[in-house]
Amino acid sequence: MKKIESIIKPFKLDDLKSALHDLGVQGMTVVEVKGFGRQKGHTEIYRGAEYVVDFIPKIKVETVVADDLVDQVVETIMNTVRTGKIEDGKIFVLPVEKVCRIRTGETDNDAL
Amino acid sequence: MTRYDARLKPDNRSINLSGGEKPMRSILPLAVAALVTASAVPALAEEPGTGATLIHLAYSIDTFYFLMSGALVMWMAAGFAMLEAGLVRSRNTVEILTKNIALYSVACIMYMFVGYNIMYGGGPNGFLPGFGFLLGPDNGVGDVLGSAGEIYYSTIADFFFQVVFVATAMSIVSGAVAERMKLWSFLAFAVVMTGFIYPVEGYWKWGGGFLDSLGFLDFAGSGVVHLCGASAALAGVLLLGARKGKYAGGRVHAIPGANLPLATLGTFILWLGWFGFNGGSELKISNIEEANAVAMVFVNTNMAAAGGLVAALLLARAWFGKADLTMALNGALAGLVAITAEPLTPTPLVATVVGAIGGLLVVLSIVFIDKARVDDPVGAISVHGVVGIWGLIAVAFTNPEGSLLAQLTGIGVIFAWVFGASIVVWAVIKAVMGIRVSEEEELAGVDIAECGLEAYPEFTTNK
Repeated sequence: MKKIESIIKPFKLDDLKSALHDLGVQGMTVVEVKGFGRQKGHTEIYRGAEYVVDFIPKIKVETVVADDLVDQVVETIMNTVRTGKIEDGKIFVLPVEKVCRIRTGETDNDAL
Repeated sequence: MTRYDARLKPDNRSINLSGGEKPMRSILPLAVAALVTASAVPALAEEPGTGATLIHLAYSIDTFYFLMSGALVMWMAAGFAMLEAGLVRSRNTVEILTKNIALYSVACIMYMFVGYNIMYGGGPNGFLPGFGFLLGPDNGVGDVLGSAGEIYYSTIADFFFQVVFVATAMSIVSGAVAERMKLWSFLAFAVVMTGFIYPVEGYWKWGGGFLDSLGFLDFAGSGVVHLCGASAALAGVLLLGARKGKYAGGRVHAIPGANLPLATLGTFILWLGWFGFNGGSELKISNIEEANAVAMVFVNTNMAAAGGLVAALLLARAWFGKADLTMALNGALAGLVAITAEPLTPTPLVATVVGAIGGLLVVLSIVFIDKARVDDPVGAISVHGVVGIWGLIAVAFTNPEGSLLAQLTGIGVIFAWVFGASIVVWAVIKAVMGIRVSEEEELAGVDIAECGLEAYPEFTTNK
């Protein structure tokens, strides 16, 4: 099992949800986050004084999938949220040791 | 009853209508005739006591107009509260709201207690105001009927209309010292400002003092209210210092406001309230000339705000590359402040230009004052001080009776008195109780430090 964390542009969330749903991904958790990457935010002017918006609003989508689905999910995420411009985001894939469904006590792949 | 006409005299408008030989008797029926049907007029005119009835009616209309204008100006306190709450950071929201509603209340009490008597009690001479406590009785029916139009509205309504102005002057101060001044030190200053400092310069102009005699013109208070508030604010800011980090490393840092919807709502509220502020300052509406004058004041007030906003928005776009909403909001307020000194004599087009110049000035002033290391989070000193001065100067060009020398004298006197008196009072308060919160309190936010509350509490649990 792998946890796939995608940092994406907020307006891509709906598209990504549909695309993952179509793939058979059963659930996901979404967090509003802020952050920056290589281009380090952007500069604006407030009342004549410059300031930098370092931390750009992003959405982090977390989903845990069985090992055989990982490549397909990552590919789908990339194809769905890519605009080709800066700030498209990143995808992290992490190993998951154990999963439990609280209501039934099922574990691992049964719990996904 | 010169006391209550003082605000009329200087601008020499209404007094032409009410100050002659029993003019009211002849004018009032005209005004009231407009209110009743044409067929009812002959019948009314033949009734005995019609003249008295008409005086009753006109008195009621003018008093009602006063009270509703005052209520509109009272609502400006809400406008200031929202504007300031929107332009500070969220961790200082509760405290700025507390200051705004508390200063309003302090102003009302102090002005009833002593301020109104200082301002309108008549003094031994044009410089020294009188002194007295609390409010006297209202006009008797016989006095009004026998006054030949001299007494034409309730004196208690007059107090109400005046008291909301002093609150406005004090509201200006709170924004400039936001995010770092101690709550109780601020309120201590409010006691002196609303009970003493404002009423004294108010006496010099609207109370019939020496500025009035000089021919200094200030219709609704670009100087008496706005420059006064800004002068007190400047004195406070100079003793208080800038917010932590505002000028760190020798550079000017932006500290964006937390809630621009609130700031915009506040500006709309102030804009609305200003119709009472300027419109009510015509002091009379119960005849055709006065009704027309009030209409002109409303239109000019509105046009100046619109001109100020558009000018500030365009300048911000040209200068900074983007449309800075906060500058546009300040531009609208600048337009309003600019036209307040004379909203009657200009044409609507001229009023728009007066407001637009105010809108340009305010953007330049905010940036300049910031570069001068005077930290004014909401731009109060620029909006009310710099543009207040512009509004007073503009009178010399928009009112045929205006005199540039008298206007400049008034500006100098009001600034010198309010700034001088304020800096002494601020210094005394600073020595006695301190005026600035500690660095830790400032960094944590004055909401928790001063009020023990957060504007948007989260993750709280019961104890």
